[in-house]
Amino acid sequence: MAVTDDTTRAGGIGARMLRKEDGKLVTGEAEFVDDIHAPGELWMGMVRSTVAHARIAAIDTSGAASMPGVQSVLTGAQLADMELWVAPLPCAWPVTDDMVNPPHWPVATDMVHHVGELVAVVLAESRFAAADAIEHVIVEYESQPPVATVEQAMADVDHAHLEHSTNKAYTWAIDPDPDGTQAAIAAAAHVVSARFVQQRLIPVAIEPRGVLAVPSPMGGDITLYSTTQVPHVLRVMVAATTGLPEQKLRVIAPAVGGGFGAKLNVNPDEILAVALSHRLGRAVRWTETRSEAAGSTHQGRGQIQHVELASDADGKLTAIRVKIDADMGAYMTLLTPGVPLLGSFLYHGVYDTPKFSFTCEGWFTNRTPTDAYRGAGRPEASYAIERAMDMLAYEVGIGTDEIRRRNYINGGEPFEMWENPAGLSFDSGHYGPTLDRALELADVAGLRAEQQRRRETGAIRQLGIGLCTYVEICGLAPSRALGGLNYGAGGWEHATVRILPTGKVEVVSGSTPHGQGHETSWSQIIATKMGISPDDVTVLHSDTALSPLGLDTYGSRSLSVGGVAIAMAADKVIEKARKIAAHQFEAAPEDVEFVDGSFSVAGTPSKSVHIQELGFAAFTAHDLPDGMEPNLQEQVSFDPPNFAFPFGTHVAVVEIDEDTGGVELIGYYAVDDCGNQVNPLIVEGQIHGGVVQGAAQALYEVAVYDDDANIINPSLMNYLVPSAAEMPSIVTDSTCTPSTTNPLGVKGVGEAGTIGSAAAVINAVVDALRPHGVTDIEMPASPMRVRRTIEQADGGAS
Amino acid sequence: MIPAAFDYIRATSAEEALAALTEHGDDAKLMAGGQSLIPLMRYRLVTPGVVVDIGNLDGDLRGISVNGDTVRIGALTRHTELEHSAELEATCPLLNHVASLVGDPAVRHRGTLGGSLAHADPASDLPAAVLALGATLVARGPGGEREIAASDFFTGFLESVLAPDEMLTEVRVPVTADGWNYQKFNRRAQDWAIVGVAVCRGGRGVSLVNMGPTPMRASAVEEAVAGGATAAEAAAHAADETDPPNDLNGDADYRSHLARVLTRRALEAAGFA
Repeated sequence: MAVTDDTTRAGGIGARMLRKEDGKLVTGEAEFVDDIHAPGELWMGMVRSTVAHARIAAIDTSGAASMPGVQSVLTGAQLADMELWVAPLPCAWPVTDDMVNPPHWPVATDMVHHVGELVAVVLAESRFAAADAIEHVIVEYESQPPVATVEQAMADVDHAHLEHSTNKAYTWAIDPDPDGTQAAIAAAAHVVSARFVQQRLIPVAIEPRGVLAVPSPMGGDITLYSTTQVPHVLRVMVAATTGLPEQKLRVIAPAVGGGFGAKLNVNPDEILAVALSHRLGRAVRWTETRSEAAGSTHQGRGQIQHVELASDADGKLTAIRVKIDADMGAYMTLLTPGVPLLGSFLYHGVYDTPKFSFTCEGWFTNRTPTDAYRGAGRPEASYAIERAMDMLAYEVGIGTDEIRRRNYINGGEPFEMWENPAGLSFDSGHYGPTLDRALELADVAGLRAEQQRRRETGAIRQLGIGLCTYVEICGLAPSRALGGLNYGAGGWEHATVRILPTGKVEVVSGSTPHGQGHETSWSQIIATKMGISPDDVTVLHSDTALSPLGLDTYGSRSLSVGGVAIAMAADKVIEKARKIAAHQFEAAPEDVEFVDGSFSVAGTPSKSVHIQELGFAAFTAHDLPDGMEPNLQEQVSFDPPNFAFPFGTHVAVVEIDEDTGGVELIGYYAVDDCGNQVNPLIVEGQIHGGVVQGAAQALYEVAVYDDDANIINPSLMNYLVPSAAEMPSIVTDSTCTPSTTNPLGVKGVGEAGTIGSAAAVINAVVDALRPHGVTDIEMPASPMRVRRTIEQADGGAS
Repeated sequence: MIPAAFDYIRATSAEEALAALTEHGDDAKLMAGGQSLIPLMRYRLVTPGVVVDIGNLDGDLRGISVNGDTVRIGALTRHTELEHSAELEATCPLLNHVASLVGDPAVRHRGTLGGSLAHADPASDLPAAVLALGATLVARGPGGEREIAASDFFTGFLESVLAPDEMLTEVRVPVTADGWNYQKFNRRAQDWAIVGVAVCRGGRGVSLVNMGPTPMRASAVEEAVAGGATAAEAAAHAADETDPPNDLNGDADYRSHLARVLTRRALEAAGFA
């Protein structure tokens, strides 16, 4: 789609418009779940397991129950007897027919399987009474040996669930020609074999999770306010889990302060709040504390990756073989088993390879469940292939840019509908220019000269330069493709567009923002489509009563599925309006033109009517064409025919103090291609945040568990989320290769930064340490780890 | 993150605060800026029955004045006031600089010098600075005031010689405008030091952050310097007689290594050959 200067100035598609919603968000006017209160509300105080794997021998609630302000204390067994739910918490993605899926009840009854699992719930008149009371619930545990690591799970000596004789949950593979892959590796001139660890990460949205369920005892309705990314999915799942009638449930996600995947689950607290409020006839609420989140909210990553690359003498890939051991944690939550699979299709990255083998085994451990976290499977895939490609470059003896050029799909030239070896069809791509531009933007030639100078002078602070060219899958998803993957839902998105009697426009969005700026972007799409001001558009969302149909926001799907649905609904409104205009002009609709918001008969521009004026005509319905229904409102459910595949090249520049091991990220250059951009300012914001989240995995963040599977750094004092002070000023640019599979030509950008940056940063760290003979370093590359790596490579201690 | 219940007294004078301490003894905690006490209370690691808030007291307890070769700083002077004091920059730039590295701006706008010293956290920046400077601390109790040398003040992990019924009122540091340095090594700007080293050339003071249960002087380094050792030679002794902690940011060996690296850098930057 061509973007003209006129539409850009008018705040249409392509305009760098400031976000409409930010005023509300930054002044405190917007209401978050914790800001909303209901009369008579009770606070839940969560009694959580302090051991990773145990039988619950006894729970003494008497002391807590008699404390002031405590309404009741309910153990898991008591809650089970109350028959508050009819099914365990859902896993919507049983990836294989024989996948092991231990029942996951909202509150444990006899066994606990991870630290932080609920064992009892206090109901109290205040948050403070609840906090005091949970300290007086005495739980007696009979400990069982915990499975604290994936390696222990694979050893299968101790079992995370005693009723299962193996910790393995499933095996899933894309392996069309295993013998061919093996033969290619055996015959290769160069083989790289690497093992990478994707450490567990704690998703840290600025707003913690929380719920408030408000019942209507006479009407039987329940309104659930939740810090969720997925109000529509949640409504279905709460109904299915509690057995309460779906039409009586209303789910509202008010202002939501970030999610990054951690708010797309169906959580025990949500089920408890709804079920207890329904049973008690009183509102029930809860807000997690930051440290509590390490056990109450799912974690991300958690994989061990084995990657083999085979190439000919020139470094041209002949085979890629990947084996993943993925840490499910203690239970299968909503998407747990599928997360590694979202990466499975991308382990060849942006490279053409004749042979491709992928196998993933899922393993249970006695740790907090894992699930989607920004990128969900694709950052892991991108990291593995991009780290391994650097290793191959060294092996072949060519530059890290050259190894990429030699292997890009279609030689780095433009392509459409390329069949990848995992069975997907890449919509469009053009990888070469992103690399060229990134190298230029970062002045990599100059940096290499400076690196050489520092190496020759033995400088304390050494320089490292890292590249990553990523491709990712956005636009989840064609419903049929999801069905083929055993996914328990479709991938469409719904939109309604209506012109009100006064000519203003309401858009009802099925996809739900939690910081992405939907209200602005959707207004811009309408502005371009209808030729009106974005200020005349209001976007309604995130409330199942206002927006009954939708599949919500995750997997960078909002624009390429939901935004397209909005554009299509706008087109339908325009077509209906054209018929009304034609009726007024006494002309045939096909003779009526629509330009800059106005309809006119071709060749008679003096007689025209603006689309906003037609809102009143459609409302009064005094003079509509015969048989036409009143009102200008249309809706669309858009099921995308394909995924979208954004890509880009990032360059990270690090400085390493070799004496201390401290790594400073001193430069970051991102050239991304997400197809057409609706709002380049929002695109840049997504890249900035995403880059920092990936760099955080590379340098700072790791959820550390001890031998007993206790998490030892659940607080922000020792779980190191970096701040702006640790980050360079990120330089961005873009190329534009429109998607061929949707009418807006858009691809998605919410996760791209994260998918590109961890590999770029670690490639830079390893590049800096290369003179010591260092070939790899585990994430996060902490100062102590970097210093130890140097010492070990140099063959002596400090 | 919800503290246990406590009684709250907002003192309107030092005398009233001291009277409350006398009355409640061990059950009471003084709170100045609250930047150390409140997090501990929120984790319920400390559960005082009474919190005596002295954060609003003023007068002699707050502010910076120079008298001859001594800089006098009220115990309730906030980090941000130290950080932005032109007078302090001219007379004791080490303290001025170290204050600018404490926590983040929000912490520095609440936290106080006296509070940081009384908390006696070995990972804090300001205790190391007063040790290197050879400061004198003034405490007031029911029996009146007493002076305590900074090097005698810290006795154990989060412990000092302050009696339960005493409060810090003043810190006196010698005017030391030349030859100083502070090396703070951390991973994020707002974090505590993994290891820190403060050097004051005039008093030949060298002190260490996070290398043992208390803020400590690097005595072996000070002796080596006094004996004419080079910076490199002296720094090799930085980890002598220390007992560094093991945590996620660094084990004892790594901290010892850092102490040697940072001490050498600090000594050289402070003008030792």
